[in-house]
Amino acid sequence: MTQNATDPQTLAASQPAEESGSARARVSATRLLRTLLRNGKAVAGLSILLAFIILALLAPALFPGDPSRITSAGASAPSMEHWLGTTSKGQDVLGLTLWGARSSLFVGFAAGILSTIVGVLVGLSGAYFGRGLDEVLSLVTNVFLLVPGLPLLVILAAFMPPGLGTVIVVLMITGWAGSARVMRSQAMSIRGKDYVAAALVSGERPLRIMVREMLPNMASVVMTTLLGCIIGSIGAQAGLEFLGLGDVNTISWGTNLFWATSDGSLMLGQWWIFVPSGLAIALVAFALALCNYAVDEITNPRLRRPKHATKSTAATTVVRKEEK
Amino acid sequence: MSFLLRRLGFYLLAFWASITLNFLLPRLMPGDPVTRMLSRSQQRLEPQQVEALRTLMGVDGGPIIPEYFGYLSRVLTGDFGMSISRFPTPVSEVIASQLPWTLLLGLTSLIFAVILGNLLGILAAWRRGGFLDSVAPPLLVFIGSFPYFWLAMGALYIFGINMGVAPMRHAFSVGLVPGFNLEFILDVAAHLVLPALTIVLVSLGGWMLGMRNTMIATNSEDYILMAEAKGLRPHRIMLNYAARNAMLPSVTSMGMSIGFIVGGALLTEVVFAYPGVGYQLLGAVQGLDYPLMQGMFLTITAAVLIANFLVDLVYVRLDPRVRKG
Amino acid sequence: MSVPVLEVQDLTVEYVSDERAVRGADRVSFAIHSGEIFGLAGESGCGKSTIANSIMRLLKDPARITHGKILFEGQDVLGMDEAELRAWRWNNVAMVFQSAMNSLNPVTRIGEQFVDVIRTHRGGTRAAAVQRAEELLTMVRIDPARLRAYPHQLSGGQRQRIVIAMACALNPRLLILDEPTTALDVVVQQEILEQIRELQSELGFAILFITHDMSLMLELSDRIGIMYGGRIVELAPAPSLRHGSKHPYTQALLGAFPPLHGPKVKLTGLAEGTRFTNIKDLRQVGEGHWVAPTQAPVLTQGELP
Ligand SMILES: Nc1ncnc2c1ncn2[C@@H]1O[C@H](COP(=O)(O)OP(=O)(O)O)[C@@H](O)[C@H]1O
Ligand SMILES: [Mg+2]
Repeated sequence: MTQNATDPQTLAASQPAEESGSARARVSATRLLRTLLRNGKAVAGLSILLAFIILALLAPALFPGDPSRITSAGASAPSMEHWLGTTSKGQDVLGLTLWGARSSLFVGFAAGILSTIVGVLVGLSGAYFGRGLDEVLSLVTNVFLLVPGLPLLVILAAFMPPGLGTVIVVLMITGWAGSARVMRSQAMSIRGKDYVAAALVSGERPLRIMVREMLPNMASVVMTTLLGCIIGSIGAQAGLEFLGLGDVNTISWGTNLFWATSDGSLMLGQWWIFVPSGLAIALVAFALALCNYAVDEITNPRLRRPKHATKSTAATTVVRKEEK
Repeated sequence: MSFLLRRLGFYLLAFWASITLNFLLPRLMPGDPVTRMLSRSQQRLEPQQVEALRTLMGVDGGPIIPEYFGYLSRVLTGDFGMSISRFPTPVSEVIASQLPWTLLLGLTSLIFAVILGNLLGILAAWRRGGFLDSVAPPLLVFIGSFPYFWLAMGALYIFGINMGVAPMRHAFSVGLVPGFNLEFILDVAAHLVLPALTIVLVSLGGWMLGMRNTMIATNSEDYILMAEAKGLRPHRIMLNYAARNAMLPSVTSMGMSIGFIVGGALLTEVVFAYPGVGYQLLGAVQGLDYPLMQGMFLTITAAVLIANFLVDLVYVRLDPRVRKG
Repeated sequence: MSVPVLEVQDLTVEYVSDERAVRGADRVSFAIHSGEIFGLAGESGCGKSTIANSIMRLLKDPARITHGKILFEGQDVLGMDEAELRAWRWNNVAMVFQSAMNSLNPVTRIGEQFVDVIRTHRGGTRAAAVQRAEELLTMVRIDPARLRAYPHQLSGGQRQRIVIAMACALNPRLLILDEPTTALDVVVQQEILEQIRELQSELGFAILFITHDMSLMLELSDRIGIMYGGRIVELAPAPSLRHGSKHPYTQALLGAFPPLHGPKVKLTGLAEGTRFTNIKDLRQVGEGHWVAPTQAPVLTQGELP
């Protein structure tokens, strides 16, 4: 015991370990949220995202009725009447874009959330139970990571009955593996922590340990993975629909682009037909990426950009202050 | 060597899983896919085509086990059945004529994106907070947020349609006879620039940030501090010590990225009417050409797995710790 | 008296973050003479590595030297520019790091890591550098054939010897050893210390030896500085420290480690929660023996600041 006297850090470290994992995590989760709102990137990202969500919700009020109905002569350039012009069929592009936000955001978020949930389940249980289960789950995860996503999406979507549900399920099938891998490695490191061992010794059930002790401490990783999954899902959905594998009857950014190409708008130089939907996808993905980098920077201060440019081999700065 | 053998075994397993998925997928779907397909199909199908589909889907209802082994052996000998949209060309022939273009586009983009992205990442990490480190990441992340195919459309619109400086479609000019001569090679290169550029632009940010972040982590390793204490020149520390180590995770993540790049290449091909597998994919989807879609899936998967194995070979050269002895 | 190899005067190092500045070292002064082994001891976090790294100007961003002087053979280290510093490092002062296990580049051969430092400073052919590296390995009793090995193929003790050999490559005047044996088991620890002593008597460099292990410290050092909270609280020749330490913290440190040789003794330490604050400058109390005047130590009941 007396050895401890020479090393106060071991003393200091032994005390917070008494606290349960979930209590500490709750504190850190609120702190994360608060720091997030002070981070410029996070605020910018969240604002863009919020703007899109509001516009998507308001679409039925702003453009009542069927947005794909024909309202003017085909392919007119932007004007006062149609701010973003009309498609070659004569539909209002702004209306299509706003209505498209509804299904694109819904599918992107739904598929992203589902992929993350599957990833968390697989990663957590693999890390918690270890051994055989872990080996099998890791193997399956790695196979899914390796199989090229788009071709897999294509055959899955082609064989399953068309519809929004299929798109979501298919995106989830191709999207979960990435998050499972991240979750597993994070959970592995938490599995070794004292408070998990303490919970194990006190005879808590596995599910409770996983959900109450381990999961809350993975908050920031779950967050970045979720954001990454949503970005991936939105992009993949657009690609799928662009190939005509979505439900061509729903209006989304991907199908808007599909119709723009199949009507030949690009070749005819009608830029206003394909620019808005693509820009919308990019802005949403960018906003999510901004949030993602903000979380990264907060949890890993080393990645933060220094205020002044510094060469990484620079010698120690010498600042001589006048002593008072 | 045991590292490579293990990887090889894993790739074989992944390929087997893909074949099995391919086999099971049509059989697991509710209802009779052939009938459903026939009802959706706009063009009339020849009886032979319907027959070919029935075999593919296993609608005949024979015992599933022998059918499975039959399927396995057919796939492994490169027999993917007949294409529906280009009946009666065998799927393998259709793919064989297009795969080289996809490989050309995919590999060119991959190489440029990896080299350029890693270089930018190294430089940004080396001068933290400098111009490159401040400007490039947000810009590249923004560009990377666009769908591949949309950026391709934009590039085509600006450079092809508006400015007329880039070829609009296909992999080489009409009327040119493919051959190994300078004129043809230059023409192919000219047609490659825009599609490859869009893929590189979209994927560059990921590579750069990945490399930057591992470089930053590596820079705080003890061997970097020791190298500084040794009084080595900064560029030597940066390349032989920091980058040489930071490269390893970057090489590992190439495996997954190959899949992404291939996906990007497929979509970009559609926009540029580039005669690769992706361009055919659109036709296959519209013509409900299931055998062709499945054949493409398996071929591309095989190509990606082989590429991964090649990456492993490189990795073994770079990291002495996975070598034996 | 001749010019000391190293003279540190009133050195203050701060780690500056947005919210506050932490003093890693606070007005630290000491000198090391030619051929001397100077020990720096204290609990972890007291600022030993901060001092070691600031001598070579290796500390990175949040750290800055805000006060004081570092003189190497009379030359102002804090005034050197990057190029001068590069030429000076390793040539005159070499360092073995706290985690010498990880201070070798894992992806290049050992030989290459000798060659690059030798050729950077001395030039010459590759063959000559390799030959020098072979001599150095022989000196630390490692088969020169191991120059072709990668770090992961060597044991911890071997890696440590190699780093020490590398530190001797350019015949530096001062060798800084920052806890060179902390990661090693006791037997290997003794071998390494033996090795260091042998090399020192052969090559005659001065040593700044850092550890938190008082028994090792007393065994090896000529003079010892005891650090606490960034300050030196006691500075004395090893024998007078062993038998006549004046500062309560030194006494606690000495009581907390069993001696390497001799009969078993009861270990004592500092009472839990004892803190020293506002440590004053050193006063001389004997021949070369300096102590910070003590008030009664502050006892904070189990509460940590
Ligand atoms: N990178 C850093 N950022 C902020 N504070 C640091 C950093 N490195 C060290 N410190 C502070 O300096 C003190 C001394 O650290 P160090 O010199 O490493 O101690 P020792 O080597 O004696 O264990 C520590 O208590 C810590 O508070
Ligand atoms: Mg230390």
